[in-house]
Amino acid sequence: MITKRIIPCLDVRNGRVVKGMNFESIKDVNDPATLAELYNGAGADELVFYDITATFEGRKLFTDALTRVAEKVFIPLTVGGSINAVEDFERVLSCGADKVSVNSGAIKDPELIDAAASRYGSQCVVLSMDVKRTERGFTVFMGGGRVDTGKDAIAWAAEGVSRGAGELVINSIDTDGVKQGFDIELLKAISSVVDVPIIASGGAGCMEHFATLFKEVPGVDAGLAASIFHYGQVDIKELKKYLRSCGVLMRI
Amino acid sequence: MIAIVDYGVGNLFSLKCSLAAIGHEAVVTGDKQKLERADRIILPGVGAFGDARAKLAASGLDKTVTELARAGKPLLGICLGMQMLFDRSYEFGEFDGLGLIPGVVLPIRDELDKAGLGLKIPHIGWNALDIVKDHKILRNTRQGEHMYFVHSFYAARCDADVVATTSYGVTLTAAVARDNVMGAQFHPEKSGEAGLRLLSAFAEM
Repeated sequence: MITKRIIPCLDVRNGRVVKGMNFESIKDVNDPATLAELYNGAGADELVFYDITATFEGRKLFTDALTRVAEKVFIPLTVGGSINAVEDFERVLSCGADKVSVNSGAIKDPELIDAAASRYGSQCVVLSMDVKRTERGFTVFMGGGRVDTGKDAIAWAAEGVSRGAGELVINSIDTDGVKQGFDIELLKAISSVVDVPIIASGGAGCMEHFATLFKEVPGVDAGLAASIFHYGQVDIKELKKYLRSCGVLMRI
Repeated sequence: MIAIVDYGVGNLFSLKCSLAAIGHEAVVTGDKQKLERADRIILPGVGAFGDARAKLAASGLDKTVTELARAGKPLLGICLGMQMLFDRSYEFGEFDGLGLIPGVVLPIRDELDKAGLGLKIPHIGWNALDIVKDHKILRNTRQGEHMYFVHSFYAARCDADVVATTSYGVTLTAAVARDNVMGAQFHPEKSGEAGLRLLSAFAEM
């Protein structure tokens, strides 16, 4: 059977990883290719790169870095950030990305999902969404959690899948950065309405949180985290061994 | 020299880089003469069968690849490229394959429905190989090793040539081999170190 996936996420600005790792053994801790190789060696099942660059020049630095990663690391690579048009899909796919994650670009123009799915296939289109609880229930936010889109998260997840998204990244703003565990309630609600793989994001603080995630929400396929991996609080190799000992299927 | 068949389908960057990483130069080409000169050929492919098959036919390379394979040149089909090695596909219609390995391509969904399983389609992610037959393409691969799969259709009625399967509630064809013609349903170029070892088995056979 398919294993559950562990996915480190790297934020990249101007071609450099923001919040580099605190590994003393590596010289250039901010080089995406160096970190990608390190994570690959540790057993990461996939890598996600978010381009948080705002400028044209910065985006070129990002795609150059992506190419260097794709030349060396042979596991699935997902790219997100600044994806607003089909041309943006082309730009990162031609540099070695396997999947493209779209967030606010799809909120502004939902047909972007249809267009990208029909051109590249659903397996290539990942819909990422930032969700926060409001008095209206689970609500989709954008702009790093500052802008309330008014969209219902459950309905948006279902719409994204029906338009052709092949995977969902569900990031809970409520649990993000708190390190008290993934947002089980939100993930259960989403997984009950869609039949594509779900990647849970936001809230991982320790290995036990991943075990709880996969046990409580069988519909979740992957756990994504950033800082706990970057700062070495959780070692991917150890995490995967631990999860396997808990009865979760893992590729080791 | 390994030739990767370029017929306008999919991203061949990772495949070329993965071969380079294990020390084998590859050329991505749609040129008939280059395919003829190559020591071995990789037929990649993503997307829908009918569309890819039409592009391969339009390029005229379907005949070249089939003739070279029949003449004994090692050929490895990957993902949709593997599915094209068979006689026919029933993916959104009915299409002829290259007919190099007896078998057909069918929807995974039908198998899951028959088994009463409501699993997600596509079959996407890392799954373990069950090696069912010895073949040199798997000489560097260990029993139970994980490979990366992304597909909604699978090769059926090809039992005689199946060398590895994978389990997704139902048993799916993971790799096939018939003499010099081989196929992998998974993506070795995305399957980490295990995938690179499979590619080196092909490159060095």
